[in-house]
Amino acid sequence: MGPELFAPALYETLFPVGISRYAIGGLLVGLGATVIYLGTGIPAGASTFLESTLSYASDQSRFQQYVSSRDWRVVFTLGIVAGAFVYALTFQSGLVSSGLYESGTTGRLYDVGGLSLWLTDVQPWRLFLGGVLVGIGTRLGKGCTSGHGVCGVGSASKTSIVGVITFLVVAIVTAQVVLALGVTP
Amino acid sequence: MAGRHPLFVPLIFVGGLIFGFGLGFSHMARPEVVLQFLQFEDFGLLFVMFGAAIVTGIAFAVMPRLRDRAPLTDRPYGRRLKSLDRNVLIGGAIFGVGWGLSGICPGAAYASLGVGNVTILWALAGMFVGAYVQGVVRSQRTTTNRGVSSDD
Repeated sequence: MGPELFAPALYETLFPVGISRYAIGGLLVGLGATVIYLGTGIPAGASTFLESTLSYASDQSRFQQYVSSRDWRVVFTLGIVAGAFVYALTFQSGLVSSGLYESGTTGRLYDVGGLSLWLTDVQPWRLFLGGVLVGIGTRLGKGCTSGHGVCGVGSASKTSIVGVITFLVVAIVTAQVVLALGVTP
Repeated sequence: MAGRHPLFVPLIFVGGLIFGFGLGFSHMARPEVVLQFLQFEDFGLLFVMFGAAIVTGIAFAVMPRLRDRAPLTDRPYGRRLKSLDRNVLIGGAIFGVGWGLSGICPGAAYASLGVGNVTILWALAGMFVGAYVQGVVRSQRTTTNRGVSSDD
């Protein structure tokens, strides 16, 4: 790292809202996965929930392999929703604040009984179509940003590193093309 | 969940709680912020992914040396290793197009619901549709090529 990397102007360009909320959030994401691993030995990913939950409703053979884990995967997902809700109650609502937390200006905040909730401005068709591709791709590709990106990279798994590089590069190209086509937000 | 250690489910919930709080705090539950990273406007996401991977990396490297098996499941401590084949590349590329279009991935989508973003139900519905379609296609292929083992 040359001294130019510490130049304030470059830092502001790369990290316009600083790095603390990202670094702290990332450490907590890793800590959550680690707590589960320490107790259970399971390196948990988030996308298996999609297929394991489908096994409640569909008897397709592909989903049956997840019958034994589907209950705890529902609990894991409910925990994620609840944890994000605790964040909404505290930092997002301004009840708790810290110099390490930058609130940002994306999307729209709305008020429900003194609680600040948040809505995206990204268009529903992008979310739905993107979601379909995420559903296909994460399951075919054996993992998502948490399975490959956090647990797999943490395992120094060659497969996961290849997976992460693949989806990261393709996502960057896709997002740049979408932006160049003038689709916003 | 019969036969499981009584602390198994509570621990999974607590782990999810910390994980989800981290996704909210880091703004990964906001598709806009992920898109800003992919469009080179804010590189903070790198700190989330690698910050998280460093923490799990330490746990995955240290725990197998300290203990053989996890207390709540008796499962041996190991790393997350999967076989590398064409599906990793094809699936990763399809996921990449979806992530780049929407700015949302599965864990972040669950967290997005928690911060109040009901609009993310579009993405969650899409993810279930996508996971279902690939599941049906792959179930049929497995039936036609008997003996093909599951890959994860």
